[in-house]
Amino acid sequence: MNYSVSIQKEDFDLSHEVAHLRKGDPRVGAVCSFVGTVRSHGDGQTVTALELEHYAGMTEKSIEKMITLARERFDIWGARVVHRVGVLNLEDQIVLVAVSSAHRAESFKACEFLMDYLKTQAPFWKRECTPEGSHWVDARVSDDQALAKWGIQSDNAI
Amino acid sequence: MKIIIKYFASIRESMGRGEELYETSANDLQALRLELIAIGSPYSESLAIGKAIRVALNQELVGASALIKTNDEIAFFPPVTGG
Repeated sequence: MNYSVSIQKEDFDLSHEVAHLRKGDPRVGAVCSFVGTVRSHGDGQTVTALELEHYAGMTEKSIEKMITLARERFDIWGARVVHRVGVLNLEDQIVLVAVSSAHRAESFKACEFLMDYLKTQAPFWKRECTPEGSHWVDARVSDDQALAKWGIQSDNAI
Repeated sequence: MKIIIKYFASIRESMGRGEELYETSANDLQALRLELIAIGSPYSESLAIGKAIRVALNQELVGASALIKTNDEIAFFPPVTGG
């Protein structure tokens, strides 16, 4: 039983997080992880940094709920989610989702499910800083469509 | 009844505040939104009908017909963009 969520300003270390996820659980034969990072291009604009705001309390609850859903759907042994908030610079890490399971298929699927869910259901908002000023990022319909493939309807981007 | 209302991201900026205590007579979230809009600026622009706004009741995403009770925490925010 190794499920945890952290919302933090600090960076994270993928090797450390994966080692901790696997430690003491010899049933684990597969770990799949996803790391999202700050890229230099948004919707056709040059991005110099990101600012991430969240709804403290609700964020943790919504991610814990999505982990519960993932455990109901997939045969997994552990999951770790880290999401950073505050000011993030180009190439910085933003988010980590790592999942452990006995075989690869379950952790691949659960990792993708958790990211698709997080994109449209967890209360985070990104502000992009560009040479011309900063603006809030628009939600994407493609993220709602990504969640739809798991049979969950989302109208986040409306 | 007294409730707590929170605002995030672009709506927080447009409201000029992150949260407030509010006395309402609305019984559901749609009625609350309309009651706030009727106050005028900055509510009327920030929460205008037609704007894409998501609502949380006690930290869970809900629809506009969700019922409100005393001391509930309600949050208005734009579509989420994390990850």
